[in-house]
Amino acid sequence: MKIAIPTINDLSIKVETSFGRAPYYAIYDTETKKYIYLQNIACNSVGGAGIKASQFLVDQKVDAVIAPRCGENAMKVLTDANIKVYQSTSPLIENNITDFLNDKLSLLNEINTGLHRHHHG
Amino acid sequence: MKIAILSGKGGTGKTFVSVNLASIILNSLYVDCDIEEPDGHLFLHPLNLTENSVNVKIPHIDNTLCNDCRKCVEFCHFNALASIQHRITLFKDVCHSCGGCSLICPMNAISEVDRKIGCIQRGIAGHIEVLTGMLNPGETSGISIINRLMEIANQSKRVTIIDCPPGSSCAVMESIKDADYCLIVAEPTIFGSSNLKMIHQLVSLLHKKCGIVLNKCLDEDNPSEEYARQAKIKIVGQIPFDSYLATANSNGEIAVSKNEKYQKIFTSIYQNILREIKS
Repeated sequence: MKIAIPTINDLSIKVETSFGRAPYYAIYDTETKKYIYLQNIACNSVGGAGIKASQFLVDQKVDAVIAPRCGENAMKVLTDANIKVYQSTSPLIENNITDFLNDKLSLLNEINTGLHRHHHG
Repeated sequence: MKIAILSGKGGTGKTFVSVNLASIILNSLYVDCDIEEPDGHLFLHPLNLTENSVNVKIPHIDNTLCNDCRKCVEFCHFNALASIQHRITLFKDVCHSCGGCSLICPMNAISEVDRKIGCIQRGIAGHIEVLTGMLNPGETSGISIINRLMEIANQSKRVTIIDCPPGSSCAVMESIKDADYCLIVAEPTIFGSSNLKMIHQLVSLLHKKCGIVLNKCLDEDNPSEEYARQAKIKIVGQIPFDSYLATANSNGEIAVSKNEKYQKIFTSIYQNILREIKS
């Protein structure tokens, strides 16, 4: 099982606040118990970053996402692809994975509407 | 001739100045581009209203033809399309109606369909023709409504007053792009002068002639007046902070239609604008 967490760079141990515009994702594999870091191709998008980032994680065959917040478009892509989105509980990636493995995380049900809906309009 | 009325924020008096100017100009055209909350019609009370829908194009995907090649997903600059479980999902609020996806689809699975985002109301209020753009609640962009309003205004020979949306967004740029003159309404506060500066930068960027109406003036220092003098912007008129205006506005009345003092003030503003446009 693969779990994605938004983060700042490929060395960071911290969770990034923005989901769609996070520069990297830390992907934890529960079988190998290892992290890989992937650059977020959507991070500098003009618009719809959450949609493109979610598409990217769907294509990476991620099973779950842990994030502090998630926009409604990103949430739709992820849930349509049967990816569960959990609310992060700690600013540290590792603590969130531990909580996830101990079944202590709850689903992110507070969806954030976009803050960036004014481009060309 | 088109005169656009702008301000850096809501509540400075754009609509107040617009409807009063439109009223003292014989056979004018008043265009309400404040499409999120158009309120000029509440003062002008246009009659014989006709209404036309404003639509944008969005893609419609025929899933029986789509082979999930994702060319449309990759093409979309705004990421309005996603491919999930071998089906294309459209996020209509993100779509900018460019039509590129329908052109690029190798299976011809994408066609363009209309989506209504609002309407334009057209009516007559005495000697004034009134155009009102109305964006449906929940819609994210009404640029196409403003463009349609401008197309109609460009065909008119009447002196046109464009009541702009507040601020300095894309919607404001679209509203003033065909204007011969930009009239900025400014409040006598530090906040007001800061907003004035932003709007002045925008109209300068677009090489528009501009002037200022100082609204809600008191017998005190006026930071907006100070800015106008420093930036050498012509002050075409001053309107006092007056409880009469507050009452008239709350009752949906137009000051120049009842009050001689304001007839003089707005006539002078219009004459100053005409002089500025010719200079």
